[in-house]
Amino acid sequence: MGSSSSNLNTIPNSQELMQETGFSAAHLLRLYERFEFLDKDNKGHLRPEDFEAVQELSTNPIGDIIIGSFFSPGQETVDFPSFVRILAHFRPAEKNRTRDGAQPEPANSSTGKLKFAFQLYDRDRDGKISREELLQVLRAMLEMQVTEEQLESMAERAIQEADLDEDDAISFDEFKKSLEKVNIDHKMSIHFMK
Amino acid sequence: MEPFVFLGNKSGASWMTFALILCCAVGTCELQEPKPTVPNDFQTVSPTQDDINKPQVFPEKEKTNLPMFTLHYSRIQVPFEFTMWVLLASFAKIGFNIYQKVTIWIPESCLLIGIGLIVGAIMHSVKEEPPAVLSSNVFFLYMLPPIVLDSGYFMPTRPFFENVGTVLWYAVVGTLWNSIGIGLSLFAICQFEVFGVQDINLQENLLFASIISAVDPVAALNVFDDVGVNEQMYIVIFGEGLFNDAVTVVLYSMFAFMTDMPVVESIDVFLGVARFFVVGIGGTLFGFLFGFVAAFTSRFTNKVREIEPLFIFMFSYLSYLVAELFAISSVMAIIVCAITMKYYVEENVSQRSCTTIRHVVKMLATISETLIFFFLGVVTITTEHEWNWAYILFTLLFAFMWRGLGILVLTQIVNPFRTIQLSLRDQFGLAYGGLRGAICFALVFTLPESTNRRNLFVTASIAIIIFTVAVQGISIRPIVECIKIRRTNKDLNTINVEIHTRTMEHVICGIEDLCGQWGHYYWKDKYSRFNQFHPPHKERKVQNKLKRLPVFIFSLRFKKFNDRVLRRILLRDNRAESSIVSLYKRLELQNAIELLDTPMGDISAAPSLVSLQDEKKEASRPKKKFLAADIKKMHNILSKNMYKIRHRTMVSKYNLPEDSRTREILIRRHASIRRSLRAGSFREQPAQSIAKSQKYYSLQPGGNLDSAFALRRQSHAVSELEHLQSSGASPRSSSRSLVPLKRLNTIEEPTAASEHPGGRAGSGSRGRKPPVPAPRRRSSRRAEEEEENNVVSEHPAGGEEQDPPPPQGWVPENRDPRENEAEDPLLRPSSRRPQRSQTP
Repeated sequence: MGSSSSNLNTIPNSQELMQETGFSAAHLLRLYERFEFLDKDNKGHLRPEDFEAVQELSTNPIGDIIIGSFFSPGQETVDFPSFVRILAHFRPAEKNRTRDGAQPEPANSSTGKLKFAFQLYDRDRDGKISREELLQVLRAMLEMQVTEEQLESMAERAIQEADLDEDDAISFDEFKKSLEKVNIDHKMSIHFMK
Repeated sequence: MEPFVFLGNKSGASWMTFALILCCAVGTCELQEPKPTVPNDFQTVSPTQDDINKPQVFPEKEKTNLPMFTLHYSRIQVPFEFTMWVLLASFAKIGFNIYQKVTIWIPESCLLIGIGLIVGAIMHSVKEEPPAVLSSNVFFLYMLPPIVLDSGYFMPTRPFFENVGTVLWYAVVGTLWNSIGIGLSLFAICQFEVFGVQDINLQENLLFASIISAVDPVAALNVFDDVGVNEQMYIVIFGEGLFNDAVTVVLYSMFAFMTDMPVVESIDVFLGVARFFVVGIGGTLFGFLFGFVAAFTSRFTNKVREIEPLFIFMFSYLSYLVAELFAISSVMAIIVCAITMKYYVEENVSQRSCTTIRHVVKMLATISETLIFFFLGVVTITTEHEWNWAYILFTLLFAFMWRGLGILVLTQIVNPFRTIQLSLRDQFGLAYGGLRGAICFALVFTLPESTNRRNLFVTASIAIIIFTVAVQGISIRPIVECIKIRRTNKDLNTINVEIHTRTMEHVICGIEDLCGQWGHYYWKDKYSRFNQFHPPHKERKVQNKLKRLPVFIFSLRFKKFNDRVLRRILLRDNRAESSIVSLYKRLELQNAIELLDTPMGDISAAPSLVSLQDEKKEASRPKKKFLAADIKKMHNILSKNMYKIRHRTMVSKYNLPEDSRTREILIRRHASIRRSLRAGSFREQPAQSIAKSQKYYSLQPGGNLDSAFALRRQSHAVSELEHLQSSGASPRSSSRSLVPLKRLNTIEEPTAASEHPGGRAGSGSRGRKPPVPAPRRRSSRRAEEEEENNVVSEHPAGGEEQDPPPPQGWVPENRDPRENEAEDPLLRPSSRRPQRSQTP
């Protein structure tokens, strides 16, 4: 793993990253170790295969989508800063502390989290979840015994529920509205990143 | 009459089977009835001398001619009756598992007790004696070990060690708290003359309290499993139930010893405490010893696969017996033995043996537990009771009160030391889930006959078991669900909410896996916090963390020790990757392939076809109106069929760890690779492997084709490999060894090297886990062979896919605007290079 000797100095731009993502030094260090661990050949970046090597991810029904979310369009690799920036979405939001105001919208705000969730569906990044996009995710998440017809009617229904402007797709605002009852910060946070 | 109330609820089927078995059992009994020599006690385990010498002859004759027909019932009596009991209990289990609704609302143990009550009533009415199974020896030597072995073997190791402090805290201190609390309070009650129990002294009260302080969380676990509590809480309950068995047995033997003493001196108390530790730690040591011996033995069993599983059982049982021999905690010994050996054994033994071990462990445990609850019902009716309202009601009250108080107080103490605190809801679950069960029942029956007021203790124990199992067991689900609903406020969720929240759960789960939060990373995190500067207000937190330092160092040391020494000694071949994992993966893949190779198995292809057609008619789709019933149905489907996140389905006491869903996910994910390969390959352009793999998700909007999908790319790599291989001179037909793959990788290197100076990304992991890609390769090659035959038939579909893209921004699968340019595998990377150069 080669991580035992690493400290904060080995991470490039660590201060900026900490500023930007709000991770503590310890977290950053640990994420860096994990990053190095996943990066088997010390390339300095991760490829989808490296993610696939994580055993549990391959049994996650939407594992592909999760992995995919780390790679911005057109890129086949993700470097450490981007890796951390993605993970910053899952940091629990601070309750009482106000941020310095430099960043208007930190990744771990509930809007940031929602945006991340939205992008999981919105594969083509056109700002809308189409019926097909929804269906893709549904198909992956439901057991095989559910018929395609049932899936479709569920997707149909979901769109009808959320679709306010009747364009047969869910925009981000509609998405946000449909989830307004859900405690996003609770749902989309990972406790150990506190 | 109580039994017949149960009868009313019982499903028809279980009643029938039960009646059938009963007929058999009673029938056999009645055959004996006319026999004059054995009046009523033919159930006795050791038949009298008379019986053996005199075969029972039908019909009775004066002269001893050669008998036409004889019965040797006394000869087979013990095993026969045992078999009948097991069968009866098993049939009962089948019976109420046919109607799943019953077991959802009423815990299985409760139903078993109910059936036991019925059987007991019938036996009582025909003046039958209960079976002799409930002696101290039978229980402790034969019925308890499987149950404990099961819990130890299926203990989820990592979460357990994460919470080991809390678990032991609750198990040891909590049990002590309960025993002493209940004991003292009952002793106080005994001082009142009104209740008529003044003759029970302090030691006896303590003994009784230690008996009823063992909680058995099966029912609670099942409920929490369904409701979906967090893993922390689950493991705390699981571990507590497991270890407080051990503690209770120790306490029991201690108090039992003390009751025999005429006068208890303070030195005895001190010795008792010392003994408590000796017994516990001694048991642990024996467990380690036998665990390692078992693991070491399993290293050499690869030539005798047939008896491989046997070693596991024999060694764990041996650890139990030896611990029993030295009068130390045998429960601890077998638990520790199981935990120790599991990790090594499962890597050493074959996949089949591993399955066998798991199944047999589970089976034995289930049947033991079933029998115990069943007998509990029977014995409730057939034993003599001494009913003392005051004593029994106060027992119930104190048991409930001390449990609740204990959890409340102990949690307050332990919470500051936990990273994840136990919430009030968790505490309530812990307290209310404290049902009394098998251990309690068995212990009270092992009380010596001479004990003062034994019958009262028996009655009180049975009362508390039945009360907790029936009342708390049945009500815990509604209560927990009610609390949960109030907390998350999901009175009527929309379909959207349900889908999206589950997606988010999966995402969180996936990210957690990705970050590897368990294992030594967790401790590393804790540790690395010491190295950082600490703001002053964090000082207290740091101190808390400091308390964990020894644990952390231990875990690190152990990991090192494990890697360097233990694994070398105990494992057959010391591979970096756990062999069971890769083997499992490989098997899963093979399964997937086989499933797909069968003509009707190719279900996974269906959705894409359907969606293709669906796409066509989408334009003219009328707005569907959904009725309330439809929506309800959807909610149903969603709640039943969405894949649960991994942690929750991890452990379940009654069921084997369920892998069917994992299996299905794996199959589907690999099915989609295959589908993509198949659909692409009829184009017979090897260069289009990337286009082929694009099929995985049919959603391919024009601009962002390269975006995002890992699998696509991975399958790209695979099919590239494959292409190279099939174009190569020697198509290795069925060799799935590591060697050809490695060579392929190196062949491939030149192509890949141009784009990645660092070498192929996947090669590292692929080399490490050879079995994974191998079957895939086979499958896809086969797919290609098939494709050659099917080119004609598949062409129409292909033609359809060649159509211009539909307007909705959704492109039929496999549509890649660049796919036609890319003719040559060596050209393609270069055509993609500009894009990659944008990568920072």
